[in-house]
Amino acid sequence: MSDALNIIKDPTLTYRQELIALARLGESTDDTVRYSDAYYAAKKKGALCDLNEGVMPYRPRYICPDYELLFQKGCKFLELAPPKDLLEAVNVLEIFYCHVPSITTYPVYVGDLDKLLEPFVIREDREYAKKVLRLFLRSIDRVQTDSFVHADMGPEDTVTGRILLELTEEMQLAVPNLTLRYDPDRTSDDFALACVNCMLKTAKPSFANHLMFVKEWGERYAIASCYNGLSIGGGGFTLPRMRLYECSLDAKSPEDFIENVLPRYIDLQLEYMDKRVKFIVEESTFFKTNFLVTEGFVKQENFTGMFGVVGLAECCNHLLGIEDKKKGFGMNEQATALGLQIMDAIEKRVAAHEAPYCDAYGHRYRLHAQVGIDSDGMDDSPGTRIPIGVEPTMLEQLEVNEKFHPYFPTGTGDIFKFEETYLKTPDAILPIIKGSLRSGLRYFSGYLENNDVVRVTGYLVKKSEIEKLRAKKQSLNNVTVFGMGAQDGGHALDRRVQHHEESARQ
Amino acid sequence: MKKAPVNKIIPFSNVDGPGNRTSIFFQGCTFNCLFCHNPETIRLCEGCGACVDKCPAGALARDAEGKIAWASEKCVQCDTCIRVCPHSASPKVKWMTVEEVLAQVKRSAPYIGGITTSGGECTLYNEFLIELFTEVRKLGKTCLIDSNGSFDFEADPRVLSVCEGVMLDVKAVEPGWNDRLISYPRDRVLKNLDYLLKAGKLFEVRTVIFPGRDRENEDTVRYVSRRIGGSCSYKIIRYRPFGVREQYQKVLGEFETEKDYAGHFAAIARTEGAKKAFVV
Ligand code: SF4
Ligand code: SF4
Repeated sequence: MSDALNIIKDPTLTYRQELIALARLGESTDDTVRYSDAYYAAKKKGALCDLNEGVMPYRPRYICPDYELLFQKGCKFLELAPPKDLLEAVNVLEIFYCHVPSITTYPVYVGDLDKLLEPFVIREDREYAKKVLRLFLRSIDRVQTDSFVHADMGPEDTVTGRILLELTEEMQLAVPNLTLRYDPDRTSDDFALACVNCMLKTAKPSFANHLMFVKEWGERYAIASCYNGLSIGGGGFTLPRMRLYECSLDAKSPEDFIENVLPRYIDLQLEYMDKRVKFIVEESTFFKTNFLVTEGFVKQENFTGMFGVVGLAECCNHLLGIEDKKKGFGMNEQATALGLQIMDAIEKRVAAHEAPYCDAYGHRYRLHAQVGIDSDGMDDSPGTRIPIGVEPTMLEQLEVNEKFHPYFPTGTGDIFKFEETYLKTPDAILPIIKGSLRSGLRYFSGYLENNDVVRVTGYLVKKSEIEKLRAKKQSLNNVTVFGMGAQDGGHALDRRVQHHEESARQ
Repeated sequence: MKKAPVNKIIPFSNVDGPGNRTSIFFQGCTFNCLFCHNPETIRLCEGCGACVDKCPAGALARDAEGKIAWASEKCVQCDTCIRVCPHSASPKVKWMTVEEVLAQVKRSAPYIGGITTSGGECTLYNEFLIELFTEVRKLGKTCLIDSNGSFDFEADPRVLSVCEGVMLDVKAVEPGWNDRLISYPRDRVLKNLDYLLKAGKLFEVRTVIFPGRDRENEDTVRYVSRRIGGSCSYKIIRYRPFGVREQYQKVLGEFETEKDYAGHFAAIARTEGAKKAFVV
């Protein structure tokens, strides 16, 4: 059977999923963009990975339109006037979303929904506003059927924010992903607690370290896709990743790795990024003709390349000859120190590289702790995370994370699974989130054991939808299949649970 | 330097008082409750050595002074030692200084509202607690005592002046039932209930509800509720056989107390004025 035939005969794919797969297949027949032989060799070995971005980039990977601008002046190309009330506002957004490209073909950032909609919501009766927002969320879930579709809110408490939380809980949807920008001075405890409550029941929102992101991006940043920091009115050109464990297999010692092996792979990945970025800007039509650009919803200078890494834990363990993961990275000071040394080296070399375009960031790419893909199995843990199944206590896990999160302006995060008694004690979780963000954590996600909607590595899936795929039925959400792969290959749902151990006595 | 035997420290706990707290469990207890679900915390190790050979990981040995030494890095937490100990003790106990415990608290400090000391019975180490609490308060954190009520707080109220309050277990009030259940006269506990209430240091009262013990449960709940009214929360705990010594499971029950059954006593508590009664 040909690849195309395989796709159209796969009973688990919906029509749109087939279409996307066939488009990808078509794209792969071209070889205009060529890289060095050394790059191809590294890719073949699995040391570098292009995350199946496709050989011919015809749009940037991630696009974060300026929806405020859309509401101010409307959109000529789509013939949309600035909305005057809530119904018009959600209708404008629903239409616009269908025209925002991305690597997944779905919009990875759907806006700061609370800020955008608040002026309209407060003019309406609350029940009516809630009904409209319910239909709006339903439309996102059923039309933008991909868990990398991401909405943001906060830092302030708003009526719209509250309604979104209520609906998130009532509707139990995997789409959109949701982030609260948490700012200790602007986010009230009451609102943050409402978010914790919602997180326990639906695995969202996650908490972003607002002060940290603002320092790097300014106030106008988006959290898109899983947890990616990007500029509003900009985005990410491309995101390849170094699979650090596979890279480390070339090294004779930690020193050899840092001095010789690492620079070689970094440079190959930079070569890949430079060529792609140039192709997207200079050859593809996106930055020349797409209405998002010509009408100013995104500006080319606000895009940057995302330099991804994955598998730091396994890399350090391998270099130090640690076989037992339980005694390795995250639990072992020497391994963690080596991890920091490696990250310093990567950060320095990437910062020394003059990238094409990326004007708003001094012509520099920015680091990203890539969250892993289903085919990674157990070889490469997401970004700089401690391998699943051997996590130490939550306190120790946070301490390690806090050291690594500052390296990654374009995103990193960790996920914590809570045992059921926490449902009654959200006030025991909020201080953990606040303390960790204050101590350098960038992004905190949590969910409750035994929920249907769960967070896999960065995105959300429904366990019930995974079961559908296992039964060879279709799942509307494009991402469910990744969730199944991550569960099978990476045991991604088996992370350590934060227990109350035997602390309660009787 | 002052040292106390510490059974374990849990950096993050959501069940030992409000918010997120670090819980410190001291070894040794003044009671010997039938329903204790971690009976290995009741007594201090007597050095009999019965557990040493049974450890599958070689984590236990007799040291130069003849005491039992536990190598925590070798321990695989199988709890064999606890099961074979004939003295309701554990060899996995660390004698720690205030500084050592404080160092652990400091590590959790960014993420917690305070600490709770528990056990065993932490008030056995009153002087230790006073020093620890004084230091922990300097970090801006709160201190709560989890106590069985055997310590005479009225005679020596110093520790109360450096903590937010006491979470007090009132296990039984009817003398016959009390003596059978906890092997300690009830008067001290009930005196503490009144004294802590008067001193404004009663943070919470807890009572365990046993399956099928209608009268005993009701006696205790009514007594406590009339005393505390709405002044502090009243935690009605369902008996759970998990961890309870087998011979006592036969006496008290091999199944946990039903939610509805416990709820019935919470309702009684509320009619008696304990507005903040709830079931866990
Ligand atoms: S729990 Fe006790 S018996 Fe088991 S390994 Fe540890 S010390 Fe040895
Ligand atoms: S822990 Fe128990 S069995 Fe082991 S030496 Fe001490 S008293 Fe004996």
